[in-house]
Amino acid sequence: MKHFVVMTGLTVLLTSTALAETSAKRIALSNNYAGNSWRQAMLQSWETITKPAVEAGIVAAADAFTTAENQATEQAAQIQNMILEGYDAIVVNAASPTALNGAVKEACDAGITVVSFDGIVTEPCAWRIAVDFKQMGKDQLTYLAEKLPEGGKLLEIRGLAGVFVDDEISAGIHEGVAENPQFEIVGSVHGDWAQDVAQKAVAGILPSLPEDIVGVVTQGGDGYGAAQAFAAAGRDMPLIIMGNRQDELAWWKEQKDANGYETMSVSIAPGVSTLAFWVAQQILDGQDVPKELVVPFLRIDQDGLEASLETTPAGGVANVEYSLEDAQAVIAAAK
Amino acid sequence: MTWFTADRLRLLVPALSLAVLLAAVFWVQPRAMSYTGLNLLFNLAVPIALATIAQMLIMTVNDLDLSMGTFVSFVACVTATFLQSNPVVGVLILVGCVGVYVVLGMVIYLRNLPSIVVTLGMSFVWGGLAVLLLPAPGGVAPDWIRAVMVSKPPLVPMAIIASVLIAAVAHWIVIRSAFGVVIRGVGGNERSVTRAGWSVLRARAAAYALAAVFAVLAGMCLVGLTTSADANIALRYTLLSIAGVILGGGEFVGGRVSPIGAVIGALTLTLAASFLSFLKISPDWQIGAQGAILIIVLALRLVLNRREGGAGK
Repeated sequence: MKHFVVMTGLTVLLTSTALAETSAKRIALSNNYAGNSWRQAMLQSWETITKPAVEAGIVAAADAFTTAENQATEQAAQIQNMILEGYDAIVVNAASPTALNGAVKEACDAGITVVSFDGIVTEPCAWRIAVDFKQMGKDQLTYLAEKLPEGGKLLEIRGLAGVFVDDEISAGIHEGVAENPQFEIVGSVHGDWAQDVAQKAVAGILPSLPEDIVGVVTQGGDGYGAAQAFAAAGRDMPLIIMGNRQDELAWWKEQKDANGYETMSVSIAPGVSTLAFWVAQQILDGQDVPKELVVPFLRIDQDGLEASLETTPAGGVANVEYSLEDAQAVIAAAK
Repeated sequence: MTWFTADRLRLLVPALSLAVLLAAVFWVQPRAMSYTGLNLLFNLAVPIALATIAQMLIMTVNDLDLSMGTFVSFVACVTATFLQSNPVVGVLILVGCVGVYVVLGMVIYLRNLPSIVVTLGMSFVWGGLAVLLLPAPGGVAPDWIRAVMVSKPPLVPMAIIASVLIAAVAHWIVIRSAFGVVIRGVGGNERSVTRAGWSVLRARAAAYALAAVFAVLAGMCLVGLTTSADANIALRYTLLSIAGVILGGGEFVGGRVSPIGAVIGALTLTLAASFLSFLKISPDWQIGAQGAILIIVLALRLVLNRREGGAGK
């Protein structure tokens, strides 16, 4: 019994010292844009996770700031203002990977921890929680190879031409095809990550494509549009990879209930802001955190569909908030 | 000596608003009241002040440059690429840019084109060139520019020294020098300038060239601060520079401008944004609040101008 008391006393002591490390620290979120559902969900998640954290005394403050206009110069000024306000850490979703480097360097020189996520910055003194978009493309082929071992013809829906993300995901998809030669991409259109654009683009290319399309590889925000185009053309519905949007999940559920349709859905959860928050907290706590971290994907499989759909608001994106343990797992994986 | 009062009044309102805003910032955030604090508050205002002076020079001859933001962005891209890796080519490109401005100034005058349309068209040209040069954000600031922009002179921070210097140089050129009198004359009364034997064409070309020089300096300073460039880095400068000129007591027509006021206007705009962010005003309201500050300052100026006009009679 005595042992037990000592042990608990020790644990309490340990946890309280761990808390004491960051309980006086203030963290700020510098965000460049809030004009779409993904960013709104991102800010909402930040609020959901940081509010209890502040109340529990894990950190002293976790204020979110969004610039009025999506401009790098304005965000640079915003970061400099945060330095003036004496924050201990700045979590940033950057308007530009390079144009904030000056301000980020100023922050580092002032002894402030800078953690960038989603829109990362290249300044070496900052931490980066990056998205492995290439892997996101490759994973689709891995899934297809499992589901359709005999392979077949694929249609690729790309994003917005000329954007880095589009190139990366597409490169991943093509790498996946190279590794799984039973698949062949017979057509490729730009869906601009928007359902209406994707629907028009797919409807346009369908007449020129062979009848036996087995799968559609996508980039998110385009799966529902592709499905509508296939339905309108009276074609057999191929396996369309989804991108966690609510309309995509709702359509998938409808098909699943009607004919047992199977697919998977993958994207980045807007709650990645909370992962960045915990990473910043861990760095302030004195933990050894590698500078380059990778965001885990939020993947929805057949079994998890109902649960995800339930928690996703109409017009929104499936989301997940990260805990301290998740952050520690991500940090451990990077070491 | 009535002109002196008018001139001073023109400066009084912007100077006062800057002082009030600065006092408010110090009150909300006492940490700003230091060497580093002032530098952090104002260093990003230096390129804006230079762009504002450039815009002011264009406005002096009754034109408006809607390509200011994209032009500064393009210069920033050149600075972070060619000027860094191959200074000779970089300088040549920048000199070429000044040349383009000279041609623009002359074409607008000779063909009697609206400057707004021509410069709006040029904004797409500059934007396109910037994207061609830097399709993805990147580049590196030349060390010497970086060194200048992060220099820590004794006693007074770099941002303040630079602002005073810009204001002084621009004031000397536009208000004191003979050339300044001519270009203001072009804006005020073109015909009388012609009758006095001056070439309007040459004056306008020179005004555009000088504006381009200041805009080039703005782009270089900006890269010095950010360390690298992005094709969209300075898009806001178009409207910021126009607002800065007006806030600083300038007018759209008539060659009535104030270089010192323009620099103060640029500083005020930067400070207003920081002030609102210190107050933790929601971003949804910030643009509106920034607009409100602008309107209040302009209204104040109008009231004072009216009073002065009344007293004159």
